[in-house]
Amino acid sequence: MYKQLAEIFKQYEGEKGAVITVLQKVQEKLGYLSKEAISGVAKFFRMSESEIFGIASFYAQFRFTPRGKHAVKVCLGTACYVRGGEEIMKTAEKNLGIDRGGTTEDYKFSLERVACFGCCALAPVMLVDKNVHTKMNLSKVREVIKRYQGEK
Amino acid sequence: MSAATAKETKNITLSINGQQVLAEKGLTVLEAARGAGIYIPTLCYHPILPPYGGCRMCVVEIEKMRGFPTACTTPAEDNMIIKTDTPQLQELRRNILELVLTEHPHSCLICDRKEQCYPYHICIRKVAVTTGCIMCPKNGRCELQKVVDYVGLKEVSLPYTYRELPILRDSPFFDRDYNLCILCGRCVRVCQEIRGVGAITFTYRGPKALVGTAFDYTLQKAGCQFCGACVDVCPTGALIERASKWEGSPDYVIATTCPYCGVGCRLNLEVRKDRIISSVPAIKGAQACVKGRFGIVEFVHHPQRLSNPLIKKDGKFVKASWDEALSLLAEKLQRYKGDKFALISSAKITNEENYLAQKFSRVVMGTNNIDHATRLCHAPSIVGLTEAFGIGAMTNPISDIGNTSCVFVIGSNTISSHPVIALEIKKAISKGAKLIVADPREIKLCQWADVWLQHLPGSDVALLMGMMRVIKDEGLADSTFVQERCENFDAFKDSLKDFDLDFVEKITGVPKAKIEKTARLFATKKPATIIYGMGITQNSHGTDNVFAITNLAMLTGNIGKPSSGVNPLRGQNNNQGACDMGSLPDVYTDYQRVDNPDIRKKFETAWSAQLSSAPGLTLPEIIEAAYKGEIKSIFLIGENPLLSEADAARAKEALKKLEFLVAQDIFLSESAQLAHVILPACSFAEKDGTFTNTERRIQRVRRAIEPIGNSKPDWWIISEIAKRMGAEGFDFSHPSEIMQEIAKLTHSYSGITYQRLEDMCPQWPCPHKESQGTPILHVETFVRGKGRFSPLIYKPSAELPDKDYPFILTTGCSLYHHQTGTMTRKVSGLNALEPEGLVEINSTDARQLNINEGERVKVISRRGQVTTKAKITEVCPQGMVFMRFHFAENGVNILTNPMLDPVSKIPEFKVCAVKIEKE
Ligand code: SF4
Ligand code: SF4
Ligand code: SF4
Ligand code: FES
Ligand code: FES
Repeated sequence: MYKQLAEIFKQYEGEKGAVITVLQKVQEKLGYLSKEAISGVAKFFRMSESEIFGIASFYAQFRFTPRGKHAVKVCLGTACYVRGGEEIMKTAEKNLGIDRGGTTEDYKFSLERVACFGCCALAPVMLVDKNVHTKMNLSKVREVIKRYQGEK
Repeated sequence: MSAATAKETKNITLSINGQQVLAEKGLTVLEAARGAGIYIPTLCYHPILPPYGGCRMCVVEIEKMRGFPTACTTPAEDNMIIKTDTPQLQELRRNILELVLTEHPHSCLICDRKEQCYPYHICIRKVAVTTGCIMCPKNGRCELQKVVDYVGLKEVSLPYTYRELPILRDSPFFDRDYNLCILCGRCVRVCQEIRGVGAITFTYRGPKALVGTAFDYTLQKAGCQFCGACVDVCPTGALIERASKWEGSPDYVIATTCPYCGVGCRLNLEVRKDRIISSVPAIKGAQACVKGRFGIVEFVHHPQRLSNPLIKKDGKFVKASWDEALSLLAEKLQRYKGDKFALISSAKITNEENYLAQKFSRVVMGTNNIDHATRLCHAPSIVGLTEAFGIGAMTNPISDIGNTSCVFVIGSNTISSHPVIALEIKKAISKGAKLIVADPREIKLCQWADVWLQHLPGSDVALLMGMMRVIKDEGLADSTFVQERCENFDAFKDSLKDFDLDFVEKITGVPKAKIEKTARLFATKKPATIIYGMGITQNSHGTDNVFAITNLAMLTGNIGKPSSGVNPLRGQNNNQGACDMGSLPDVYTDYQRVDNPDIRKKFETAWSAQLSSAPGLTLPEIIEAAYKGEIKSIFLIGENPLLSEADAARAKEALKKLEFLVAQDIFLSESAQLAHVILPACSFAEKDGTFTNTERRIQRVRRAIEPIGNSKPDWWIISEIAKRMGAEGFDFSHPSEIMQEIAKLTHSYSGITYQRLEDMCPQWPCPHKESQGTPILHVETFVRGKGRFSPLIYKPSAELPDKDYPFILTTGCSLYHHQTGTMTRKVSGLNALEPEGLVEINSTDARQLNINEGERVKVISRRGQVTTKAKITEVCPQGMVFMRFHFAENGVNILTNPMLDPVSKIPEFKVCAVKIEKE
């Protein structure tokens, strides 16, 4: 793992303040922060795994489980939020059986919040992979998720 | 500037709640107030931690300052006018507390009948889990209770959530109940900032925020070292020592000194009903390690403690009275007077006891055959440092290390062997010091090192001489120091010729460029300190290794100055003291030679006895003489040569051949089993005395409990035997009287009395009653006058790997066990953390031998074989295997080489050739 990440580490040699940037790059590369990745980053910064994990888990952007096959993203930007984005999110959570930031046990779905997609006019918005679903309501959420759940 | 600083440290005046308060400049408002006995409530503040300002419980009003500053972070200034208890402040605090209590069980905290409550009082609020104070182990000592009382919180109107977390019991020593955690962060900060470990951290944030480990790993996996520092700073019942969880408060507390390693941490023993219930660091802000913090109660009170004298009759031990045993001893020992006898004393017992042990050998038994285990760890330091500097001890205090600019650690796995000294090293690093580590294995300290030199075992002289060659050639030496303070430089300089860097690279396996870089680093960072351990000394050229270190320190002028120096870390609690007291074959106390007629005269007069002028045998020589039948009787005090000697099988044979073997110990050690008479000794907790730690600090050991069973203090036993043998000068009723005699005969202890030790623990030399001790040695001149350079040549280790025995075996210690394990292996929690000895082997070697993790393997040397489990690791380099020496069932010293260093007579524990086979 350390070797795999060496490329990233090389750019930040000696920069003690770069923990978050490095974590971001690692997540970009691996899709999530695995146990091995955290241990590699800890070694690089000469910190403990717990310290690195503590920093990472403070930020919502970091995930510790691999992404599911389908990335479900619910917008909680201002426009979507005032139009019930939070309810959309809760429904998605309930239907997928995971919290935001989580991944289903079969690694089929992961759920994330995002802030503003730039199509506020069509709020509230939910994305599954690259497909944008607009003007969502609770039953549409259930429907969309069911569709993906049904596929083989 | 200096005049100004002097002024600034002067007192300032503040007004707190209308009261005039004098304080030192540099304190915070909180410290100033507490100093004057004014209470300000706090939750995140702890005196040993840097101010944090997280909980805002300590808010105060300060005239001319806006808002409500936190007292714990605000520096106190002259003429400040402060209020700490206005109704508005109390209201603010109540609001904050209310928020804290939404997640902390608080029914009892705010109950209006709490004064009348008791554990079996029927109350609807008590349930099986700790949701109320009455059922909390911290009840009465909890800081949250105190704060709630102070601010007078009567009701929590916000909704309460019980976190419903399971109690974590993965540490063998303490429980973690994060339902009671108020997220003050003290534990996290102490673990990261003071211990440098970072096993625990804040995880997540907002309502999910909690203290924990990465991925909820167990503490051990998260790197916890079980020092207990987090437990000791936790204000609530979240972190609680398990053994004393329900014991309540102690009846009394006794300050004493840790009986394990040479750091000599001051510990408080908490006693309840004549039982020790806990041991905690005694001094505010001081730290301990897992052995001192959690490894004491169980061994002191262990059911296997020897509690009666035992006499072997027909191969079986039979219980005897003291009278019977002592008479038998007195009668038997009469027959072995002279050089047929040897006494093996101990670095575990007190100074007073060591003094009596050597006096007994010399006066009563008429022989200088007395030695102890320092021979097996630091004899080369005594010989080498005495020859180079004039005295064989650490030159600088431990607390100096934290302020140095460069730490060079060679042959010491400090985090395991001297955990609290490792904290000083980490402190230095956090202040910007450079760390150089030289060790064949990738020890934990390497994680913080700027340079890690992975030199081959046994190549220390070459490595150090290589560095010195660079320093000399590049003009980085401190030539003024060398010229003014040292001698024999030219001979040394000539010997450097043999160490050109290509040769050094070949011998050490360390690239030339790296040696150059390290040499420059070490020579240019001042002050620099050198710390070394048994990796340096336990070699057949151990004394040369020590000389190489003294050369390096003198060459760079790092002697006699604060935060510099040569610092051998002594392994056992009283290694230093046992040597100072003359438990050595060639010297009386204070290293006064037995073969110097004037000195002998002085002792003959003082002791009214004829003394032998011939230096006695060293420990390995004693064992060898026993093997050959030249020594017929040995008195063994607290030592376990069956595990600690090199070539242990031969040592066992030797002991078996003895006509009369006496063992005086707290447990029936492997060696004691072979004895004819066993005398049960008191542990450190049951007697008075002093230990001298690795930095020459003389510290009190105090009796905390009654002797276990019929055990007796070692000093009492030795005196009784002497008296029964008709000797005079053994009439002591308390160790303080023995210290009086020591002080008379021992220059560096002359200023020591028990009375003075009540308020100080000086570092010797402490030559008169006004002396405060000598923290730094060789300040103006070296003890011997001039520092002496030693020319050196490279000598390979006595036994190197070859075709038949292809691996180098090296040995070392663990954080969790001590010496031969006689004490630590009685502690179940320490056993849980490290249950057995393993052989560490590099993954590539393991693959070639087709050995899997945990598989049983045979480790075979020319002297014997042991079977043990394999641990596959990257810590050991290829071609090297590593074992710890604490485990009787696979005693590594069956394998080691008894080849002695010709000067100091230490065996070569650190290097021998072995082969590995699957079982
Ligand atoms: S016991 Fe020591 S190392 Fe372990 S978590 Fe607590 S402070 Fe950290
Ligand atoms: S466990 Fe104790 S010390 Fe640590 S944050 Fe919680 S209350 Fe504070
Ligand atoms: S074993 Fe050493 S470091 Fe640990 S508490 Fe005892 S004296 Fe201190
Ligand atoms: S706020 Fe959701 S798309 Fe802009
Ligand atoms: S004690 Fe001052 S802010 Fe916590």
